[in-house]
Amino acid sequence: MNGPHDLGGKMGFGAIAPEAEEPIFHAEWEERALGLTLAAGVLGAWNIDESRHARESLPWPIYLGTSYYEIWTRALEVLLQRHGFITPEELASGDAQTAPAHPRRMPADAVDAVLARGGPTDRAIETAPRFGVGDAVRALNLQPNGHTRLPGYVRGHLGRVVATRGGFIFPDSNAHGNGEAPQHLYSVRFQGAELWGGAAEPGSSVTIDAWESYLEHA
Amino acid sequence: MHDHDHDQGDGSDLDEMTARVRALETILTKKGLIDPAAVDRIIDTYQNKVGPKNGAAVVARAWNDPDFARRLRDDATAAIAEMGFVGRQGEHMQALFNTPETHHMVVCTLCSCYPWSVLGLPPVWYKSPAYRSRAVREPRAVLAEFGVTLDKGTDVQVWDSTAELRYLVVPMRPDGTEGWSADELADLVSRDSMIGTGLALTPGGKP
Repeated sequence: MNGPHDLGGKMGFGAIAPEAEEPIFHAEWEERALGLTLAAGVLGAWNIDESRHARESLPWPIYLGTSYYEIWTRALEVLLQRHGFITPEELASGDAQTAPAHPRRMPADAVDAVLARGGPTDRAIETAPRFGVGDAVRALNLQPNGHTRLPGYVRGHLGRVVATRGGFIFPDSNAHGNGEAPQHLYSVRFQGAELWGGAAEPGSSVTIDAWESYLEHA
Repeated sequence: MHDHDHDQGDGSDLDEMTARVRALETILTKKGLIDPAAVDRIIDTYQNKVGPKNGAAVVARAWNDPDFARRLRDDATAAIAEMGFVGRQGEHMQALFNTPETHHMVVCTLCSCYPWSVLGLPPVWYKSPAYRSRAVREPRAVLAEFGVTLDKGTDVQVWDSTAELRYLVVPMRPDGTEGWSADELADLVSRDSMIGTGLALTPGGKP
């Protein structure tokens, strides 16, 4: 979707403003928001692609006007309601009836192992890759309503494959409960002048990771 | 956060996000969906255990150990796992070696993808619309705001983390560090130098 998250090449956001001696969290609620998001994810009802799509589907003023942990919190509320874990009434009241532990609730002593395991997204794939290193490719002008990881700023532009990465879960499918549908993934480099025309900085390029169905031979 | 000087401690005067997240945690806990002690443990992990010291150890070892550097180039996930750094947001690692000809810089224009296993949680600026919008279009201008000026002849390769590959920049080893141990070298490897918005510090302490 062409949502508020697709920020590459957009203008008007000002200077970067890195903070000296930045703390890992700026408030206690940010710590809890991170922990709740990860712990609720372990329930297994949604995947990382669905959770990204929930964040990028927030209203533009919210997405662009709030901190990243607020974005995470609001998306988590959406996901928990969508999957029937909590009701709008509970969210409005801030309270709920006590219930026994969910079978997939993560106990504290499982946290280290769960974080260490992570969630690998590479998948075996039978088909041969359509593209090879050095191939000239064009990013398709895809404009899906749903989730995609093809950034707007490369669509329609010419690049070159610089690496083949093997099979990976396809987010555009996985985000919507349509299965992992793995595809070959490629690292594709676009020269700055191809993306930004005369405004490009000399000697600059951008490399993205693109699934096979994002690309065509050029 | 709002500042208030009244009604402290009675729970009715919390700032909006504190109240919102606390309510959510209450609901999830009562419904048996999360264990608050597990949340504590997650926070402790990223507050105290996993952070840029991990990545600095990887870079320092690569500077000192050509065999390790080769393994890091060929299979970064496995090489980094040798050092015990594994897991969430580090499942599929790639190492990008800076050279006099090429400087690498990492961004996630679509969200906040970042190599947690070696760098910990991303700083606010990395997740900001300013960085995400500009890094791909004007990387040298962005670098200048971080105090980094590259030679004119150095190309800038920006890597937009659009998939689950996570990128670790290996900055160039500073001059004047011959014979240094990996531990000494690691002190020169800043977080920003591993994102590509900085350079390694020099023995004098300056990038």
